[in-house]
Amino acid sequence: MADKFDVIVVGAGPSGLSTAYLLAKAGLDVIIIERGDHPGTKNVMGGVLYRQPTEELLPKFWERAPVERPIVEQRMWLMDEESVVTLGYRSKGYGKEPYNNFTVLRARFDRWFAEQVVDAGALLITETVVEDFLYDGSKIVGVKTGRPEGEIKANVIILAEGVNSLLTQKCGLQKDGINSSQLAVAVKEIVALPKEKIEDRFNLEEGEGATIELVGHNTMGMMGTGFIYTNKDSLSVGCGVLISQLVEKEGLNPNELLEHMKSHPALTKLLEGGETQEYLAHMIPEGGFRAIPKLYRDNVLVVGDAAMLCNGIHREGSNLAMTSGKFAAETIVAAHEKGDYSAGMLSEYQRKLENSFVLKDLKKYQNVGLVMEKNRQFFEFYPHAINSALEEFLTIDSVPKKEKQKKIWEDITSHRSKYELIKDLYRGWRMMG
Amino acid sequence: MKKMNIEDKLFLNRFQADKHSHLKIKDNGKCIDCKRRPCTYICPAAVYAWDEKEQRIDTAYEGCLECGTCKYGCAHDNIDWRNPRGGFGVMYKNG
Repeated sequence: MADKFDVIVVGAGPSGLSTAYLLAKAGLDVIIIERGDHPGTKNVMGGVLYRQPTEELLPKFWERAPVERPIVEQRMWLMDEESVVTLGYRSKGYGKEPYNNFTVLRARFDRWFAEQVVDAGALLITETVVEDFLYDGSKIVGVKTGRPEGEIKANVIILAEGVNSLLTQKCGLQKDGINSSQLAVAVKEIVALPKEKIEDRFNLEEGEGATIELVGHNTMGMMGTGFIYTNKDSLSVGCGVLISQLVEKEGLNPNELLEHMKSHPALTKLLEGGETQEYLAHMIPEGGFRAIPKLYRDNVLVVGDAAMLCNGIHREGSNLAMTSGKFAAETIVAAHEKGDYSAGMLSEYQRKLENSFVLKDLKKYQNVGLVMEKNRQFFEFYPHAINSALEEFLTIDSVPKKEKQKKIWEDITSHRSKYELIKDLYRGWRMMG
Repeated sequence: MKKMNIEDKLFLNRFQADKHSHLKIKDNGKCIDCKRRPCTYICPAAVYAWDEKEQRIDTAYEGCLECGTCKYGCAHDNIDWRNPRGGFGVMYKNG
């Protein structure tokens, strides 16, 4: 092994692999250090991969990559105890090229992606944990791995270590650390089901996929969501809630929360006969714009989840990760040409993020987390109220509609005053605006 | 689907357990004084359990799913969380 590389990438997930792929293609000497036995075996997401940012790197990847199903329908379920209000968007167009997004299983997809990166010329070493940095004075000049004599030097280190960003915190880029109200814990099961059953139950043509996001009763009043995504011959079924709020629910375990969600009558028939094959857990960076660490210092850049680049409102993450990886690579190629890896030179990475949807979107929603966290009615009362209102309206019992409207309004205002309702409306508008 | 408990679910996963724990309690005194002991319920793999007799937290690190929730959920920052050594820990088949 050469003892010095142009670039070290820590972590083989979407952000690190995107960076390494573009750098290798530009002819730089890149090493990716991954702690799993293969890229992907430590990596978890719900599982939606977005076509456009992926295709910027890998044209027509869906013809070669292990993707599960293109998503033609995205649903939102507002849950109450035994009822549900459903919304959704379905388009035939999403079922054909160029597609909008796909479900993926990361252990398969990341492994394939890493093969493309290796083919492009990067060196990948697995089963290796980066434990610390190598310093020359205060300057970071490489990393220390857990292997004997495992010191590796490089001009630039890309931290693509994921949400549990131990190294990013260690080198002072996230000085105050991350707290439990900036992170969600999510658990997921892979539930095996025959292809035909999935297509029948989700109203899909052969090979097509659907996603359902669940809000309300399923998170027991905590800030969070549930999800059901269709894979080829399994479903990804999971839920995530803010860690700070789970801590307050004394005694409640994430697995119990998931079982609680699965026992809802709207889910039992979808899951019937399914066999759980794997149980996974991961954190989700929910801190948004305000929780983003310093993104660079001399010789170091942070990408993907480690940089808290995740948009929980739109359940986007892998696209932000890949786009940040692309910007990091472009920045380093320019730095490499000048032989200047100083913070000043690398600050171009932040400018690129600021001028793109990544930081524009996160900035737009910067107050959402705080408002949602303090106003549980958005996760508890409103999904319930919408269910109750529809129940009242759809139950035919010879009561005049005007009286029904009055009853709905009285029900709502008995729980939240008119003043609170107006405030919530204002909060919602401010949050999304 | 029948309800499944954590132990049954962990049994489905692929693990390569190391000889030593990658999770360490920094100061047991803080656990004794800790009111809620959130680590004993927020962990998706139920790694942590309070041992009343020994007055300490037991750490079943072998079933750790490596999410990191305990590190951030501990109000006393009392968990020294490291990645398992290369080649050890959970190895997801699906991810």
